[in-house]
Amino acid sequence: MQSGIPIEITGLSKHFGQVVAVDDLTFTVHPGRVTGFLGPNGAGKTTTLRVLLGLVHPSAGTATFGGTPYAALPRPLETVGAALDANFHPGRTARDHLKVYATATGLSKARVPVVLEQVGMTEFADRRVGGYSLGMRQRLALAYTLLGDPGVFVLDEPINGLDPEGIKWIRGFLQNLAHEGRTVLVSSHLLSEVQQSVDEVIIISKGRLVKSGTLVSLELDAAPRTIADSPDREALSAALDEAGLEYTEGRNGFIVNEPDPGRVGHAAFLGGVELNTLHRLKSGLEESFLSLVGGGEQ
Amino acid sequence: MSFLRAIASEFQKVFTTRMWWLLALLLAGYVALMSGGFGAFLGWASENPDAAASAGGGTAIPPGLDIAPLVYSFATSIGYVFPVLLGALAVTGEFRHKTLTPTFLAEPHRTTVLTAKFLSQLAMGAGLGVIAFAVSVGTGAAALAGFGLDTGLDDPDTWALIGRGVLAMALWGAIGVGLGALVPNQVAAIVIVIAFTQFVEPILRFTASLNEVTANIGKFLPGAASDALVGASFYNIASLGAAAALEWWQGGVVLLGIAVVATFIGAATTWRGDVS
Repeated sequence: MQSGIPIEITGLSKHFGQVVAVDDLTFTVHPGRVTGFLGPNGAGKTTTLRVLLGLVHPSAGTATFGGTPYAALPRPLETVGAALDANFHPGRTARDHLKVYATATGLSKARVPVVLEQVGMTEFADRRVGGYSLGMRQRLALAYTLLGDPGVFVLDEPINGLDPEGIKWIRGFLQNLAHEGRTVLVSSHLLSEVQQSVDEVIIISKGRLVKSGTLVSLELDAAPRTIADSPDREALSAALDEAGLEYTEGRNGFIVNEPDPGRVGHAAFLGGVELNTLHRLKSGLEESFLSLVGGGEQ
Repeated sequence: MSFLRAIASEFQKVFTTRMWWLLALLLAGYVALMSGGFGAFLGWASENPDAAASAGGGTAIPPGLDIAPLVYSFATSIGYVFPVLLGALAVTGEFRHKTLTPTFLAEPHRTTVLTAKFLSQLAMGAGLGVIAFAVSVGTGAAALAGFGLDTGLDDPDTWALIGRGVLAMALWGAIGVGLGALVPNQVAAIVIVIAFTQFVEPILRFTASLNEVTANIGKFLPGAASDALVGASFYNIASLGAAAALEWWQGGVVLLGIAVVATFIGAATTWRGDVS
């Protein structure tokens, strides 16, 4: 196994004609943890990754692996494993697909059955890719990234199209890679999709960085709230007003801007109101994410 | 070293999909039909010169015509479209199936990849040439021998023609790579190959042959250059003699030039662009 190298994006911009896809983006991805690269569709995630991998020319700035651009890596597949879009020649089998690229980069063909086994594709290896499901294509794309046993992984939407079992599998897979000290960058347009697998997040919107830090720091940004409901909503409303708590009325009750359910319960008690729901609202992370990228999607 | 790996990888790409043997099969069938059929027709015509002259109008065999090379050269005169297609598909297929991404991740030096395609398709073209001549000589010689005509197989000139024909097919494969790099859209590339080889160029060659000035330009058309390289083609009788033709080596230089220039322009334009 190769050691993890940081991914360094510095002042990166990319224009397609008038359209600004990536706008002065700077961030670093460190080895030893899984980093989620998040943003709504069209935020510039894929463009950033393609520039990083030397497939798209940047308009300004640099994207390197520990200071070396992808094209200058002496042994690229043994340094970086990348899965961008699960596209293959439909008439080629999975085994042949991997052999073609093992040959191109001078890796032993003995790696092919090893990586097929790692992603659980041995059984389907001699079928033509044209007949594969999206989930199988995703696994084959991952097998390609594993060919050179690299220290850095760059995966674009790897969870997209996986069934629940596949999602569970890939979470463990990503965590293992990070625990082995590798750098793992995983993009997604859904925070909920990756929040159980990532340690750090980099969030972009409209090509610009809006947040970078640990998942915990994102959680802190989102103040937890309390949900409370009563058979007598008018009375509850009056009791909350009396206690000076801010709230909005939702379908399942009142969402109160108060992290401690105890204080909401106390307010109801003082007002003599019966409660049938009282608990902390846990959707804060996703809401925090949406407020950060708000307006990213038209 | 990375260059040899790139070439090996390109050969694997060709042989792990079905297109190469589909094209080889079509080529063999087409050439067998034309060489065998034309050989048999010429054999019959030489036995019944009067009937042939009245039935076929102007198709009576000109006196002194060397029949065998004509029959064998169907391998290139009609077969050259197949290596062009295979070469073009080797490039356009990467765009169409978006396999440029894994290809350029494994070998970020794009020129290396394109050069490897050029050389591997040169070899694939030569391979298709060997198949085409095996079929044209096999069926053609059988037909000629059946009518007691000279097969020319004991003549070293015949074998020299076959050798030049295989070289022509190899160069056509490389031209296909150049075309694919210029026109990455697979459907457009296929339409261009078929339209140019089957309609545009034959018409241009015929029209050009009507006038001495244009004939001197027309001889540089790729198909005409290819026929000059091989040294025989049914076009030469169709256009009555081919007064203007290049030397065989000049024909080869023209084909190589087209292949190299097209590939260079492609390398500097589509091949360098953003891969998305």
